[in-house]
Amino acid sequence: MESSTKCEMQLLVNGETKSVVARQGDTLLFVLRNELGLTGAKPGCLNGDCGACTALVDGTPIKSCMMLAIETVGKEITTIEGLHNTPIQRAFVEHFAFQCGYCTPGFIMNAYALTETKPDADDATIQEWLESNICRCTSYQEIEAAVKEVLRQKRKTE
Amino acid sequence: MAIGKSVIRKDAWDKVTGRAKYTNDFKEKGMLHAKLVTSPYAHARIRAIDIEKARSLPGVRAIITGEGLPLTGEDLRDRPPIAFDKVRYHGEVVALVVADTLVHAEKAANLVHVVYEPLPAVGKPSEALKEGAPLIHEQLGSYQKNEHTYPEPNTNIAHRTKIRKGNIEQGWAESDVVVETSVAFSPSDHVAIETRCATAEILPDGHIIISASSQSPFMIKRLISTYFGEDVGNIIVHTPLVGGAYGGKAPVQLELLAYLASKAVGGRKVSVWNAREEDMITSPVHIGLEATVKLGATKDGYIKAAEILFLFDGGAYSDKAIDVSRAAAVDCTGPYHIENVWCDSLCVYTNHPYATPFRGFGHSEQAFAIERAMDLLAEKLGMDKWELRRKNAIRPGHTTPTQVVLNRSNVGDLPACLDRLRELMEWDEWQRIEIDAYTVRAKGISCAWKTSTIDPDASSGVLLTFNPDGSVNVISGVVEIGTGTKTILAQIVAEKLKMDVNDVYVKMDIDTQTTPEHWKTVGSRGTFMAGRAALEAADDAIRQLKAIASCVLRASVEDLEVGYGKVFLRDDPSIYVPVKDIAYGYKYPNGNAIGGQIIGRGNYILRHLTPLNKETGAGKPGPEWTVGAEGVEIEFNRRDYTYKILKAFAVIDIGKVLNPKAALGQAMGAMSMGLSFASRETFLFDRYERVLNPQLRTYRPIRFGEHPEYIVEFIETPQIDAPYGARGAGEHGLIGMPAALANALSLAAEVPLNELPLIPELIWRKKKGDSHDSI
Amino acid sequence: MIPFEITYHRPRSIEEAVHLFDTLQQQGKKPLYYGGGTEIITLSRLHLVAADAVIDIKHIPECRTLEFNPHELVLGSALPLTTLEEANPFPLLTKAAREVADRTARNQITLGGNICGQIFYRETVLPLLLSDSQAVIAGKDGVKQCSIHDVFLQHIRLKPGQFLVQMKVDRSYASLPHFHRKRRKQGKVGYPLVTAAAIKKDGQIRVALSGVCPFPFRSKEMEERLNARHLPLHDRIEGAIRALPRPILDDIEGSAAYRLFVLKQMLFDMIDELGGE
Repeated sequence: MESSTKCEMQLLVNGETKSVVARQGDTLLFVLRNELGLTGAKPGCLNGDCGACTALVDGTPIKSCMMLAIETVGKEITTIEGLHNTPIQRAFVEHFAFQCGYCTPGFIMNAYALTETKPDADDATIQEWLESNICRCTSYQEIEAAVKEVLRQKRKTE
Repeated sequence: MAIGKSVIRKDAWDKVTGRAKYTNDFKEKGMLHAKLVTSPYAHARIRAIDIEKARSLPGVRAIITGEGLPLTGEDLRDRPPIAFDKVRYHGEVVALVVADTLVHAEKAANLVHVVYEPLPAVGKPSEALKEGAPLIHEQLGSYQKNEHTYPEPNTNIAHRTKIRKGNIEQGWAESDVVVETSVAFSPSDHVAIETRCATAEILPDGHIIISASSQSPFMIKRLISTYFGEDVGNIIVHTPLVGGAYGGKAPVQLELLAYLASKAVGGRKVSVWNAREEDMITSPVHIGLEATVKLGATKDGYIKAAEILFLFDGGAYSDKAIDVSRAAAVDCTGPYHIENVWCDSLCVYTNHPYATPFRGFGHSEQAFAIERAMDLLAEKLGMDKWELRRKNAIRPGHTTPTQVVLNRSNVGDLPACLDRLRELMEWDEWQRIEIDAYTVRAKGISCAWKTSTIDPDASSGVLLTFNPDGSVNVISGVVEIGTGTKTILAQIVAEKLKMDVNDVYVKMDIDTQTTPEHWKTVGSRGTFMAGRAALEAADDAIRQLKAIASCVLRASVEDLEVGYGKVFLRDDPSIYVPVKDIAYGYKYPNGNAIGGQIIGRGNYILRHLTPLNKETGAGKPGPEWTVGAEGVEIEFNRRDYTYKILKAFAVIDIGKVLNPKAALGQAMGAMSMGLSFASRETFLFDRYERVLNPQLRTYRPIRFGEHPEYIVEFIETPQIDAPYGARGAGEHGLIGMPAALANALSLAAEVPLNELPLIPELIWRKKKGDSHDSI
Repeated sequence: MIPFEITYHRPRSIEEAVHLFDTLQQQGKKPLYYGGGTEIITLSRLHLVAADAVIDIKHIPECRTLEFNPHELVLGSALPLTTLEEANPFPLLTKAAREVADRTARNQITLGGNICGQIFYRETVLPLLLSDSQAVIAGKDGVKQCSIHDVFLQHIRLKPGQFLVQMKVDRSYASLPHFHRKRRKQGKVGYPLVTAAAIKKDGQIRVALSGVCPFPFRSKEMEERLNARHLPLHDRIEGAIRALPRPILDDIEGSAAYRLFVLKQMLFDMIDELGGE
């Protein structure tokens, strides 16, 4: 059983091609954190339940604990480290939409994808997307305010 | 200046960019990983542990079992770090596998074979107290304990707190109306999204380096020294940012395992990291409770007597559950003036995961019992529920259950909170309305109070250092667990030094060797204690700055003032010396220098606290009481028993709002946690007391979109001895939520709801009369 | 993290996938077909699934098909649920899909994965049972098409080496009046207490349920009772409840008695909404 299944894979992460050696059974989360040092994606449950590990694959939010790294070969991966001074990050800061900050990268990645792909999102859509992540510190009202402000700005500039 | 402004958190940008680092984010090549082997039984004798097969796997470096380890515990040393001889709860650690990678460790852990002989298990505290109940700790009488812990050998009682105030018989005699009610809920969990993690490394020179996701880095250091005889100076604990704690990271558990693991592999660095399932049941949980409350009142609604029995489900080990049970006793009546009080609060052993502090520290639990009884009393008296609370609201001049006399400073203004709540909730408009055939809206309220029963000699220290540009560094032992306390400390320092808060830097992580101690980051005590220490440190720095400036400016220190980056003459600010020119000593044009590096030192120790009298409970448990009045508005469907929480209200007297958005965040976040606990969170046990839902798939906290609208306001009655008058406020939003929700739903459904969580099935069952459990 | 060693394979065609499975098996290995992977990863962690290899079918064009033919919808088994929701070819299926897990998870969970999963709710199968859909199945002996009722009875009945390629639905079903409701213990994310899906075709109500029993099902007996219009509504519903398969789930999501209470109300609402009075 100890025959290693490690192999080399090329991953496109935050616009850079990275070569990593990982087990074929390693999740994207594991490889991001342990091989690439991208610890922004957080392990919260390793079971697809909490959303703290959310990253984007080809622009779509996924739970990186539930996807094998090797599945993402040929796809574009974006992690929180790939976002720089985006409106959603600023809104999270200004609205105090986090406290301990642990669920924040996952929440932001999901909210970023939402605001980028669905600027017209209504309340039901916002809820449908954001109920994928658990925050234990805030009341969610702060996060709601942050996301809605970004959506408002987007609509204004479009 | 800085106080009273929504200053952006100092950790904000790191946290929104993924750069904020938590214990498990620090990876090191060559670090070993440990995996826990845990018990599938809640109570069983360990007959044998076979580690041979696991040990022979490649990459496995050590397997540790429980033999020969010291017992641990802060109040009562009843817990082996790794189970020995028997297991007492489902999920208890029985072995620890250390290997090159987590995968290696997991593979090996899966091959550790343990032979158990199941023993009868007991879940409910009331069952554990019955004659003939399985005894969980046969050796209870021989455990080491501290002076104020009173275990009852040959029973399952780890500790009993007694409150005897006034004359209970007289209280009943003066009462025209008496009500009695019982409430219950099972243990639940904190569910910090960051699971607990600790690493340990033992250097050849004897230094023991621990990193831990903990609220108590300084306690880790003390306890490792106490338990294992290590020199305390050799132990260095690091705590970076902590990803949520809520009390659950106050106890010391994984740190001991990491230490043992490192020791077993010659001091190499080992990481012990909880998977979610372990974090939920192997590590300590939120306490369960069975309680009975009897209240007596005069016809016009003055409460004359309270008789309260709390049976806390401490689980398999007492840990901090003893303290929690004591804290609930200390404030057992809720914030009401009652002259005659009898309360027994028991910390009971069961075969459940062991309990530890949960945000509110026994108070949402206590409040759920009392506030349900208050509603019942109001109903029996035919009195408005708000009116009953207002009438009995505790005020300066009254005494607490432990007979502390209250004054304007040590208790907030509960009547003011209640008055404002009444307006915000439009209480007088309606409390229950039927919208249509099935839809009912109802409101429920609860009061809240809390003092912090932390160790009477707990202290906090702060250091201030200066940078060459005159900016300041704040170094405090408060752990940044999410509360933003370090940002508040920066505001306090900026205010005191009259400088821009952007020029005040804070050291986020803790290193117990260089950071002054803050006892534990618990009990909403960060701002108060560390804030006092910060003020003192700022004063100390000001004194030093003035001393140097006095030479430079040739003026007496009495004529000097510090602010705006300068030390200047009070009567002529145009004469000044910049702080940056003196913070590292002042150099005269000829090269001579005076002064030297300025280091501001401050500390604070709680004063006048006393242990409780064993027989009466009399004593001073905490410095002040924060009070609040809270409520919820719900919409209930009488046909299918589902409901929505529409609004949640809180009016809390926090003395002084130091940072409005941060304060709102604390209150709302606590309320959210309280509503989640009340409406959906509980461990579910099978008949062998095994936890059936140790995953977020089946233990489901509140999610986005399930949240109500939060309406929060603050009253500001200063606590005179607190920084700028601010009272502790990290927990109080939570305290009233379970009771308020239960009160609203009981009113809507027209049936008493005295259990948590308040799921539709519970309401359905209560409406049906509890008898339709089988088909 | 999968705590044991697996190899990952990414075939580009049905034939390649089937061949890979066969080859791996002949090497004495245990292969699994792999869709979104969420369940395999979840259950592997808990040692409830074991495998030596996973064969990712997401890159097989047929498994990604989403076609609106004049008479037929073709739904690839490897389509993520959210893709189906957004395209909305079959509104009842959209509603069923939308209640599974949470949205981010549904970006990964596939139609085939949900239908073929071990976790027994498999809620997206309900609309497919109601619409007498066809399953396209690939195996050693080629690709065949058969009625869902032949391959799905409580759970998918595939022979070793077979995998689900597509589901085909007669387009007329997409526009039928329908009903879908999911009730959970509490809240809006999580496993069901009861999920009910129904359509009305030719004046007859068809109903399929998940969460009531440890498997999803469509029951002709229940449908007969529900459609017995000569009887009072109460009797029809009581009859339908009596016709439920056994056992009724009695677990951490809810007691059996409460589930039946919830189901009964749903059946009333269903008939009310679909006009089956």
